[in-house]
Amino acid sequence: MRANGGRRSSRGDDETVALRIPDGSPTPPRAGGPPTPPRVDGSPTPPPVIEFRQVGLTYPGPPPVPAFRPCDLTIEQGEFVTVIGPSGSGKSTFLNIAGLLDAPTEGTYLLDGIDTGTLKDGDRTALRGRRIGFVFQSFHLLPHRSARENVQLAMVYNGAPRAERGRRAQEALEQVGLGHRLDSLPTRLSGGERQRVAIARALVSRPSLLLCDEPTGNLDSRNADSVLGLLEQLHATGMTVLVITHDPAVASRGVRTVAIRDGVLREQVAV
Amino acid sequence: MNHRRRRRFTLRGRRHRTGPVVEPSVLAPRDLLGESLAGMLQRPARSALTALGTVLGVGTFVAILGLTATTSSQIDSRFSVLTATEVNIEDIGIEQNEFVPLAFPKDADARMAKLAGVEHAGVYWTVDTRNTDATIRSSPIGDESTGERANIVAASPGVIEAAVPHVVQGRVYDAYAERTAQPVVMIGSGMAARLGITTLQTRPALFIGGRPFTVVAIIDDVKRKADLLLSVVVPRSTAEKIWGEPATGGAKMLVATRLGAAQQVAKLAPTALRPDHPEYFKAVPPPDPKTLRGNVTSDLQQLFLLLAAICLVIGAVGIANTTLVAVLERTGEIGLRRALGARGGHITIQFLAESGSLGALGGLIGTSLGTLTVVGVAVARDWTPVVHPTTVAAAPAIGLLTGLVAGLYPAWRASRIQPAEALRR
Ligand SMILES: Nc1ncnc2c1ncn2[C@@H]1O[C@H](COP(=O)(O)OP(=O)(O)O)[C@@H](O)[C@H]1O
Ligand SMILES: [Mg+2]
Repeated sequence: MRANGGRRSSRGDDETVALRIPDGSPTPPRAGGPPTPPRVDGSPTPPPVIEFRQVGLTYPGPPPVPAFRPCDLTIEQGEFVTVIGPSGSGKSTFLNIAGLLDAPTEGTYLLDGIDTGTLKDGDRTALRGRRIGFVFQSFHLLPHRSARENVQLAMVYNGAPRAERGRRAQEALEQVGLGHRLDSLPTRLSGGERQRVAIARALVSRPSLLLCDEPTGNLDSRNADSVLGLLEQLHATGMTVLVITHDPAVASRGVRTVAIRDGVLREQVAV
Repeated sequence: MNHRRRRRFTLRGRRHRTGPVVEPSVLAPRDLLGESLAGMLQRPARSALTALGTVLGVGTFVAILGLTATTSSQIDSRFSVLTATEVNIEDIGIEQNEFVPLAFPKDADARMAKLAGVEHAGVYWTVDTRNTDATIRSSPIGDESTGERANIVAASPGVIEAAVPHVVQGRVYDAYAERTAQPVVMIGSGMAARLGITTLQTRPALFIGGRPFTVVAIIDDVKRKADLLLSVVVPRSTAEKIWGEPATGGAKMLVATRLGAAQQVAKLAPTALRPDHPEYFKAVPPPDPKTLRGNVTSDLQQLFLLLAAICLVIGAVGIANTTLVAVLERTGEIGLRRALGARGGHITIQFLAESGSLGALGGLIGTSLGTLTVVGVAVARDWTPVVHPTTVAAAPAIGLLTGLVAGLYPAWRASRIQPAEALRR
């Protein structure tokens, strides 16, 4: 719930905790979104999905590009966070770190409470495949495969039983409202439908986190609206959603918005 | 619901950490196969063209080896060891001098036996029975219709030894019988059965035109000169005494030589037989199988095998090129797969499997085409097509290997693509 931009050389749990204090609440408020379902078994509250402790990334260059300045950020389960910033501000860099596609050059990143810095490459990859669903601006659908096959691809590497895959892909596509286009090739789908297939693919492995990089960037406003509506719906069912955008209108759909400018991440006060 | 907290500790134990360990990414063999086939089939025309080099290479390889095997086996079937050690000498004396119906001297067998490399040699001819009664009976009297008819072959003992008969009963006649012109015969088991001769213990006789002959041997097989089995064989001197010399020539000599001596024996035989008139003989050596096979496995074959190798190299370069292009084209896909949990190694083996499948497919088609070529040529020449099983098994494997080698570099490149970079597009 808290982001803290700025260059910090010192870090540590104490300080991080101190930085979390400002809004004073021990559990994040979930205005506009449903609360995380209560834990019936009385187990301790789950760790945040994303916890940045002075995480930063400088591309080695030359010249070195400090694309993401060290910052603290915590995103709890079930949040719908939008990240807004102009082009080149470091949004994708942030998403790559959060999505384990790039390793930060400094700081500690805990995903679901797992310290990703200590993981080997293969484990980071596996964690990414199992816990994170990606949605990209350019969809990244395989052009020669049907919607269902594209969704099934997400289950190839994380060991989902073959027999289940068809059914699960169908369910995911039905969930995004494409139950009638199961066997269509992406080339036969509209932009909005393609992005829905991509969302279904991101959902089908039941990730902890949905990371969307400019999901509406290639869509007209009507399609963009329906895709955002879908993301809101997913949030309503408890999914943690992080949407990156340069469009204030899109950013305003988030329950919580974080701004990024010149690689510096700052919590944006809700209007 | 959406939070699957899989806390698991691997068996091998990660010593540095006791925290939650992620289940590793996997790529099941069936998925690997499916993904690589899909990758190959998404551009079928390009894949087909890419595989063409391998098809040609492997096809040529199979065709050349198959044709070689076919012709060699053709030669082998014609030239067993027996035929390779057999020299036939024809009496053409009558063509040179009409008063020489039989050019072979009386001691022809002995003269030939002295020649180095000769194992057995003997003179034979078929007795001309057009003007005599040559009915074969088991009793001295009877009318013509009750008798048997068969070729009467005059053969010196050397012929019989050279023919390597399998004797059922008795003993083949020897040099003594020849020298003394004994009235003895050797017959095949079929003839013996028809004449009612079951045992030689009683020294049974048979009658040729009423003339008695003692049956000394019954044979049921020969290695050379198979017609002896169906004939009544008498010593040469006996035949000469009774029916005279072969009137129109037609005498021949069968020589069994040691392995490798046939050519030399054929060259020297006429002089050894008749130093005065070597021109009365025509010695026919067996064709040298080495020269024949040499013709087949010659420069041409090596040229074609070289061509096959060149085709394979071209095929490999083609596959490497196509796979590299595919890797560059599919950078986004690679990034996506990495985002979905594929490790670099999974990307490597997927592209290796794709290039390997391309190679194996080319190899399979090439093997089929090569085999068809061999069968086609063999049928056209009335040969038995022979393609060694090892060739058939090795050929697609060569295709597969070509594809795998060709895919090494592109697959390595693919695994090095950073997912963040790949997804930026
Ligand atoms: N691999 C890289 N090496 C060096 N600089 C990079 C690299 N990737 C991105 N950058 C730089 O980092 C900055 C942030 O990039 P990015 O995160 O893609 O911005 P956004 O997504 O907000 O448009 C940009 O100035 C960009 O040029
Ligand atoms: Mg970007």
